[in-house]
Amino acid sequence: MTGVDDQPFAELGLRADEYARIREILGRRPTDTELAMYAVMWSEHCSYKSSKVHLRRLRDTGASDALLAGIGAQAGVVDVGDGRAVTFKVESHNHPSFVEPYQGAATGVGGIVRDILAMGARPVAVMDSLRFGPADAPDTRRVLPGVVAGIGGYGNCLGLPNIGGELVFDATYAGNPLVNALCVGVLPHTRLQTNAAVGVGANVVLFGALTGRDGIGGVSVLASAGFDTASDSGGGSKRPSVQVGDPFTEKTLVECCLELYDRGLVVAVQDLGGAGLTCATSESAAAGGSGMRVWLERVPLREPSMVPLEILTSESQERMLAVVAPERTDEFLAVCTKWGVLATVIGAVTDTGRLVATWHGEVVCDVPPASLADEGPVYDRPTRRPADLAALRADDPGSLPCPASAAELRDTLLRLVAAPNLCSRAWVTEQYDRYVRGNTVLAMPEDAGVVRLDEVTGAGVALALDGNGRFCRLDPYAGAQLALAEAYRNVAVTGARPVAVTNCLNFGSPEDPQVMWQFAEAVRGLADGCRALAIPVTGGNVSFYNSTRDAAIHPTPVVGVLGVFDDVARRTSMAFATEGELLYLLGETRAEFGGSEWAHAVHGHLGGTPPRVDLARERLLAAVLVAGSRDGMVSTAHDLSDGGLAQSLVESCLRGGRGARIVPPPRLDPFVFLFAESAGRAVVALRRSEELRFTEMCDARGLPCTRIGVVDGDSLDVQGQFAVPLTELRAAYEATLPALFG
Amino acid sequence: MAARVGVVTFPGSLDDGDAARAVRLAGAEAVPLWHADPDLRGVDAVVLPGGFSYGDYLRCGAIARFASVMGALVTAVRDGHGLPVLGICNGFQVLCEAHLLPGALVRNAGLHFVCRDQRLRIESAATAWTGDYEPGAEIVVPVKNGEGRYVADARVLDELEATGRVVARYVGGNPNGSMHDIAGIASADRAVVGLMPHPEHAVETLTGPSADGLGFFTSVVKQLVNA
Repeated sequence: MTGVDDQPFAELGLRADEYARIREILGRRPTDTELAMYAVMWSEHCSYKSSKVHLRRLRDTGASDALLAGIGAQAGVVDVGDGRAVTFKVESHNHPSFVEPYQGAATGVGGIVRDILAMGARPVAVMDSLRFGPADAPDTRRVLPGVVAGIGGYGNCLGLPNIGGELVFDATYAGNPLVNALCVGVLPHTRLQTNAAVGVGANVVLFGALTGRDGIGGVSVLASAGFDTASDSGGGSKRPSVQVGDPFTEKTLVECCLELYDRGLVVAVQDLGGAGLTCATSESAAAGGSGMRVWLERVPLREPSMVPLEILTSESQERMLAVVAPERTDEFLAVCTKWGVLATVIGAVTDTGRLVATWHGEVVCDVPPASLADEGPVYDRPTRRPADLAALRADDPGSLPCPASAAELRDTLLRLVAAPNLCSRAWVTEQYDRYVRGNTVLAMPEDAGVVRLDEVTGAGVALALDGNGRFCRLDPYAGAQLALAEAYRNVAVTGARPVAVTNCLNFGSPEDPQVMWQFAEAVRGLADGCRALAIPVTGGNVSFYNSTRDAAIHPTPVVGVLGVFDDVARRTSMAFATEGELLYLLGETRAEFGGSEWAHAVHGHLGGTPPRVDLARERLLAAVLVAGSRDGMVSTAHDLSDGGLAQSLVESCLRGGRGARIVPPPRLDPFVFLFAESAGRAVVALRRSEELRFTEMCDARGLPCTRIGVVDGDSLDVQGQFAVPLTELRAAYEATLPALFG
Repeated sequence: MAARVGVVTFPGSLDDGDAARAVRLAGAEAVPLWHADPDLRGVDAVVLPGGFSYGDYLRCGAIARFASVMGALVTAVRDGHGLPVLGICNGFQVLCEAHLLPGALVRNAGLHFVCRDQRLRIESAATAWTGDYEPGAEIVVPVKNGEGRYVADARVLDELEATGRVVARYVGGNPNGSMHDIAGIASADRAVVGLMPHPEHAVETLTGPSADGLGFFTSVVKQLVNA
């Protein structure tokens, strides 16, 4: 055969028009190696071809004087004062975690840590946002323990405290769990790194682990069939497309990189993640506006039978690519030797504007690097409002039977406290080291993780990660804003000032116009929300094709918010710590149950509209919480979200080992008071001596605050309704996950 | 002059920074010791910190015991001058692998890594590292390990118990199934202590569950100053 039919572009995941464009760019038929490289770089995962037109909205999301590097960099970098900057990012590893839970989740942590490392930062903490099918589903029992063990196994061995995250169960994620990993790092401004390969004659050094056949075509599962044929290797055909992680190698790589940076030995650096060496060489050459010459036979291999396209597309973990000046190369290699890190000069920077790779003298790739890295296809895909949305929104939970008597309210409370989405996460979080590095000030189950950055000044950061697929299913625009608002609020309740946003957008297939509508709406909501809150988006990640048998998952944008502290000693915990302190509910409670945990857990119902979003109110609430914490007015603060006030009170009581006496406001239905999920609310505990100062501040700023009770005794006592001893609450709260997962 | 306490860094050590911080907070100078360097730099005591030395491949601590610095350490411990050594978590595993302490640490009974705030009872204040505690004192420090279950044969256990070499015991729940609820043990001369929980993570109330762990470090500093 001749013409286009003799190249397996479709098997590699490329469309006919995309293949034609590759021929047009090159002015000839691509080599098999080049075709494989375009296939991975133009995959949805690497090129953002379906999301790009929408993500532009996020670039313009508010004041960015503090932004040292933003969207487009490997991770956004935010100035936090004193010459110090913080970088953070969240990324998905959903599909690998379903195929091979332990390694999929482990390498998700490893990948995001290298993104942070590549910016010049020392990674200082991780978090993870996890979503699975129903808690009692057999497949959840297969996937969840492996995912948790993988996150712990990698993160613990890497020496990064895990400071928080999410765990959600919903049938929508059965067969398509979401595993989103976040890492935060810190760097002096002067250590900020670039990936721009510049300086003709500079050496290109590959360092870290050996390159093997793991993860080939990982970014583009379709591609693996083609590779197996091409590799002509019987053993290769059975390799999984999931990478295998080695946290010890990553730990030495982290320390090695930081020493290389501190000694000024690096011109440019990029991590190897999706699309491996192809991505790292093409992106760094494109960023530098240069060319690059690579001798592939110099790449140290785990398996000597590997062929060029396998070497170029392998996603073997724990590897970095650096550009090093020739006269500093010996010193660079000596540092690598000190840390036991394998380092090899595999290429050189050129001024040809071409990425040229040879294999024992034969040219296997000669392409413009930007055509791989930046000039992939961009699709403005059709969007259509989901056909079932009107009916779904009309199905208001107001018609559901709700508890009325005191006994029914008490039963509902105990049932929700034990529900898989609200119960204690200790079975999971006890498998993660939260203490390593000795700077963890708050960690789960607190609303946000807080890490000290400076032992002298006490400067630090807070991080929260939140999403709500049910709210987004009902209204992706509002749902994305509610996720943003919750993460923002979770940072503010600790006393930190929110300053920046990252996101991981988990959606179904972009080829489904209804999914694309959800995506466009969610991005628009997030962009508008960030502008309203005046905090910029610094970066993010998109994960499409999350669906099982044609059924897309609920649209699930997961939003991370970074906050800063001048002094972490001012942090506020969620624990009720002192008898006699007064409890105030901040914000307004309405009968909002659309997408609520009550409707989900008690009735298996999803319908109606999500809670009203008021971002001006969120800003006001955050300002009050931050001021209350800074000025020592607030002893305890806890966000209200899933499960409403009742859940929040239970968590604060159990965290502090102290009860509360609650007096429901006379004109509010006790059920609404306890379980509604209205946004923009928090509970605070105050010393009596601070009551006047605090309530006057709320009044002056126009934030509704209602005295609802007092920290007291050893039960949660809702006066006129019911009381539950803490021992009974604790038993219900803590039993669920151990009973399910052992 | 301040006491000088060495903190060893193996590839894969993770809590070396925390151990050094604890040493400083106890009023001593923390001296970094590098695994490949057979030189203890004249330190007065040594901490082997937690982590996953050499990835803990093969068996926890099994590779680290062959590190150059361990050769120097074993020689110093055996020369009879009673160099105080504290092995925490992975460091405890290394001390057992190096046969400076008896017994072994194996996979937790529950098979999971466990990180929690743990209550301990100090059983012996007669070691280089526990002199600042009252015997029987209860403290809260983090425990975090996947392979922290202390095991030894009956003869060793009997000897440890009979000679007062059990330094600390888990109370209020045994997190890993250790025999006799053992959290830490000492050498016959009480200079070398292995401890599975992490006192270096409980030296400030801001970041730890308590500051109860600081006593391990102040104990050795006091002993060194008085020596």
